[in-house]
Amino acid sequence: MGVEGIGARVTRKEDKRFLTGKGRYTDDMIVPGMKYAYFIRSPHAHATIRSIDASAAKAMPGVIDVLDGKQLQADGIGNLICGWMIHSKDGSPMKMGAWRPLAAETVRYVGDAVAIVVADSAGEARDAAEAVVIDYEQLPAVTEAVAALAAGAPQIHPEATDNLIFDWQLGDPEATDRAIASAAHVTEIEIHNNRLSPNPMEPRATLGIYDSAEDHYTCYTTSQNPHVARLVMSAFYNVAPENKLRVIAPDVGGGFGSKIYIYPEEIVCLWASKKTGVPVKWTSDRTEAFLTDAHGRDHVSKVKMAFDADNRITALKVDTIANLGAYMSLFSSAVPTYLYATLLSGQYAIPAIHANVRTVYTNTVPVDAYRGAGRPEATYLLERTIETAARELGVSPAELRRKNFIRTFPYQTPVIMNYDAGDYEASLNAAMQAADWSGFAARKAQSEAKGKKRGIGMSCYIEACGIAPSAAVGSLGAGVGLWESAEVRVNAVGTIEVLTGSHSHGQGHETTFAQIIAGRLGVPIESVNIVHGDTDKVQMGMGTYGSRSGAVGMSAVVKALDKVEAKAKKIAAHLMEADEQDIVIENGEVKVAGTDKALPWFQVALAAYTAHNLPAGMEPGLKETAFYDPANFTFPAGCYIAEVEIDPETGETDIVQFVAADDFGNIINPMIVEGQVHGGLAQGIGQALLENVQYDESGQLLTASFMDYAMPRADDLPSFKLSHQNTPCPNNPLGIKGCGEAGAIGSPPALINAITDAIGNNSLTMPATPMKVWQALHAAH
Amino acid sequence: MTKVTLTVNGRTVSGDCEDRTLLVHFIREKLGLTGTHVGCDTTQCGACVIHMDGCSVKSCSILAVQASGSTITTIEGLAGQGELHPVQAAFKEHHGLQCGFCTPGMVMTAVDMINREGGKLTEEKVRAGLEGNICRCTGYHNIVKAILAADAEMASGRQAAE
Repeated sequence: MGVEGIGARVTRKEDKRFLTGKGRYTDDMIVPGMKYAYFIRSPHAHATIRSIDASAAKAMPGVIDVLDGKQLQADGIGNLICGWMIHSKDGSPMKMGAWRPLAAETVRYVGDAVAIVVADSAGEARDAAEAVVIDYEQLPAVTEAVAALAAGAPQIHPEATDNLIFDWQLGDPEATDRAIASAAHVTEIEIHNNRLSPNPMEPRATLGIYDSAEDHYTCYTTSQNPHVARLVMSAFYNVAPENKLRVIAPDVGGGFGSKIYIYPEEIVCLWASKKTGVPVKWTSDRTEAFLTDAHGRDHVSKVKMAFDADNRITALKVDTIANLGAYMSLFSSAVPTYLYATLLSGQYAIPAIHANVRTVYTNTVPVDAYRGAGRPEATYLLERTIETAARELGVSPAELRRKNFIRTFPYQTPVIMNYDAGDYEASLNAAMQAADWSGFAARKAQSEAKGKKRGIGMSCYIEACGIAPSAAVGSLGAGVGLWESAEVRVNAVGTIEVLTGSHSHGQGHETTFAQIIAGRLGVPIESVNIVHGDTDKVQMGMGTYGSRSGAVGMSAVVKALDKVEAKAKKIAAHLMEADEQDIVIENGEVKVAGTDKALPWFQVALAAYTAHNLPAGMEPGLKETAFYDPANFTFPAGCYIAEVEIDPETGETDIVQFVAADDFGNIINPMIVEGQVHGGLAQGIGQALLENVQYDESGQLLTASFMDYAMPRADDLPSFKLSHQNTPCPNNPLGIKGCGEAGAIGSPPALINAITDAIGNNSLTMPATPMKVWQALHAAH
Repeated sequence: MTKVTLTVNGRTVSGDCEDRTLLVHFIREKLGLTGTHVGCDTTQCGACVIHMDGCSVKSCSILAVQASGSTITTIEGLAGQGELHPVQAAFKEHHGLQCGFCTPGMVMTAVDMINREGGKLTEEKVRAGLEGNICRCTGYHNIVKAILAADAEMASGRQAAE
C-alpha cells in the first residue's frame, strides 16, 4: 500500500473533466451532416397496427424520411433476444415471444417503438411525428403479473400460453415440505417487491453513422458493455458483421443495469443511417426513459419459513411470480432465477430450500436487471420473513439471526451457491454498536414523550458478485461467458495504458485501475491511463454489471501485469547481468535485490522497444494481454440498521439514523467504495419509501416523469454511518468481493422492519408512503 | 428564426434560433458548450442549471429568445482555463461526483447557494437547497459534505481578505 496504490484514498483522475463541463457523453457528439431521430411509440398498451400513413409527414419541412417496422423486417434486421435460456421444471424451454425493434403488426406496451422520423432538427422530427397517421385496433391489456396468469386474461404472445414464460424451480421440494410439516413453528408471509425505474441521470442516447465507402457502421451509445452490444447486434440482429461495426460507449452518465441491454433504438438508428445516408442521433427524453428503459423488481411471493423448537430454521419455501413485461429483455430470465433463488439461503444455515418461480408477460415495459438484480428481491423476502418470525416467536431479531448464521466456510447452500468466506457476526456486532442498539429503548421513550413513534430494524444481506465462472453460467443457460480481459501496454518511455473490457459509468475505473499499476510498479498514477468503452481500441470484453469490474476486470489487469513484470524482469536481469530471480520492481525502479544495481522503469521499457540488447530469442516490445475467468462468484455481505421516527398525525417517516456495516473483501480505494455504498443506500431507501412504477388498468404509465415518480432528493435522506469488516475473497488475486449493489440490496428490508416496528403493524408494502404508513398505523390501533 | 445575443462566460455570442428553442439547447447546440446537461423534461432534475445575470436558473425552463441580452455563466466558465473553482475543487476532494452527469448543475447550484448564504450554511440548509437537483449516484452524502467544505473554505478566504 502506498499513497497511490491499493487501499489508498486517491481522488479521481476523471473528475476534472466532469467538473469543468468537459465530459463527453453520447448526446454531446455532433458530427458533420448529423440528423435527428424521433421515435413514434405506441400510445396503447396492446393493439394491432392496421396501417401507417407517413405521406404528410414526409412532405414536412426538414424531414429526411419516415421508416417503419415492415421496412426494417424487409431489410433482414433481426428480433431482439433474451440471452439466458431457462427451462421450466417440465423440461420445456422458456417461451420467448418475438420482439421487433420496430413493431410491425402488434404493439404490446405503451412506448413500444413503431416508426422513426429522421429530420434536420429534433423539433422538426417531433413535428413530423405528429403528422404520421397510425390506425390501431385496441386489444385488452393486463399489467399485473398475477392477473396475467388468471383464466381469461388477455394473451400477449402466441408463443406463451396463459402468458407464462416459464415455471421453474430450484431446491428440494419434498425435503422442504417434510421439514415444514414437522416444524415447531412456521412463519407465513406474502411479499411484494415494487416495480422501479432505474433512472440514471443521463437519458439513453445513440448516434448511428454509416460509411458507405467502407460499408462500415459506428455506433455511439450509452452502454455499460459496448463489446456485448457489438456482439449481439452483429450475431443476432444482422446489423453488420463485427469487423464492420464499431461501438463506442464514451462517458456514460450512470447505468444501474438499465444500460446493459441492447435496445431497439441503437439498432434502428444504425439501420436508418444506412437507409438515409446521414448520421442519425436519438436522445431519449425523461418520459421516454420511463416508457422504455428496462424496469426492475416487480415480484409477488408467498413464503413459508420453518423453525424447530430451538428456533433454528429448518426450511424455506418460496413461490414467486415475476413480471417480465411485454418482451424478454436481454438478461431478464436470469434475474428472477439464478440471480435470485440462489441467494435464498441468505446468511443462514437452512437445510432445505425450495423456490418455485413463474415468469409472466404483461403489457408493461420489459423488466430486467436493476442495481442488485434478483438479490434485493431475495434479501427483502428473507429479511422481512425472519424479522416477522422473531416477532411471532417473541425473540430478539438480532439473536434469531445470530443463532442461524453460517459460521464455517466454504459453505454449500442447498441452492447452488458455495460461499467462500465471510464473518456475518462481525458485521452484525459492528452495526449494532454503531447504531447504539442497546440505547434504543431510551430513545424510543424520548420520541414517545414528543408524541412520535420510533422503530428500529435490521437486515443481514448476502449477495453474489463478480459474475462469474463462464463454464458455470454456461451450464445454467447463459449465452455468453463472463470472463474479463485486459491489456497492459507499456510505452517506450515507460508510461502505461491499460485497456480493459470493463466499462466505467461512474465507478471511477480510471482511478482505481490505475492504482493497481501505480502501486505495483511504484510509478506515478499520472503515468497510467485507462482505456475503455471502444470496440476498436479494446480487445473483446464483457462490460460492467453485477459488481464485476473489481473482482473480474481488475483480476485480468493483475494477470496481464504479472506477464509484463515477468518480461521486464528478464530484460533487466539481462541488462544488469543478474539472476532473474533476484530482480524486484519497486518505487519506479527495476532492481537487483540486496545490491545498489537498479534501472529506472522507463529505461527497461525503452530497452524493450529499442531491442538493441534483449535476451536471446526475446520478442521486442512490452505489452501483454490476459483473460481472467473467475473460479467462483464472490460473496459480499453485511448488516444494515435503520432507525426511524414517524409522525402519527401525517404518517411521515424520518430516517433518524442509517448504519451500514459491510464485508467487501479487500478494498482498492475506500473513498470510492464508500461512494458506491452511499448511492446504493439512496436507491434502496428510494425503493422502500418513495419510488414506485404505477400503471392504470388500461396499461397507461402514470409515473412517467420526475413530477410523478418520486426520486430520492437530498432532503429525503440522512448522512450515513459506514464501516467495514472485511474478509478477503480467496478466489481472486486481489481478494476483492465487490461493493456496487450492496446498498440497494440491504437497505429496503432494514427500513420496512424499522417502520413496522414503530407502528406495530407488520402489514406494509413498499413504498412506505406517508399515506400507507398512516393507514397501517391507524389500522393497528 | 430569431437572432439571440448573449454574453456567455465573458464573451459576446449570437446565433439564430427558432422561437421555441430552449436556452439549454441553444447553449449546447449553437454554442457547443455541452457541459450543461438535460436530464428531464419537467424542470425537476437541475442538470441544466446555469447562472443568468448572477442568479441560478434552470436553462430548460427559459427560451433562448427570453434570455437575449443577458449575461450567462456556464460550468465551462466558472473558473479560469485549467483551474478549479473552490466548489469544483471541494467536489473532487470529497468525491461529490460519480458519473458526472448531474455534476455541472450541482456545482452551479452550490455556487449560487454559497453566493447567497455564504458562511451560514448547515447540512439542513444544503439539503433543502438541493431540492431542485437530482443525483442518482452519490446518495447526496458527499455532495453535502463538499458544499459545506467549500463554504467553510470560501468563508475563511473572505475573512483572510478582510
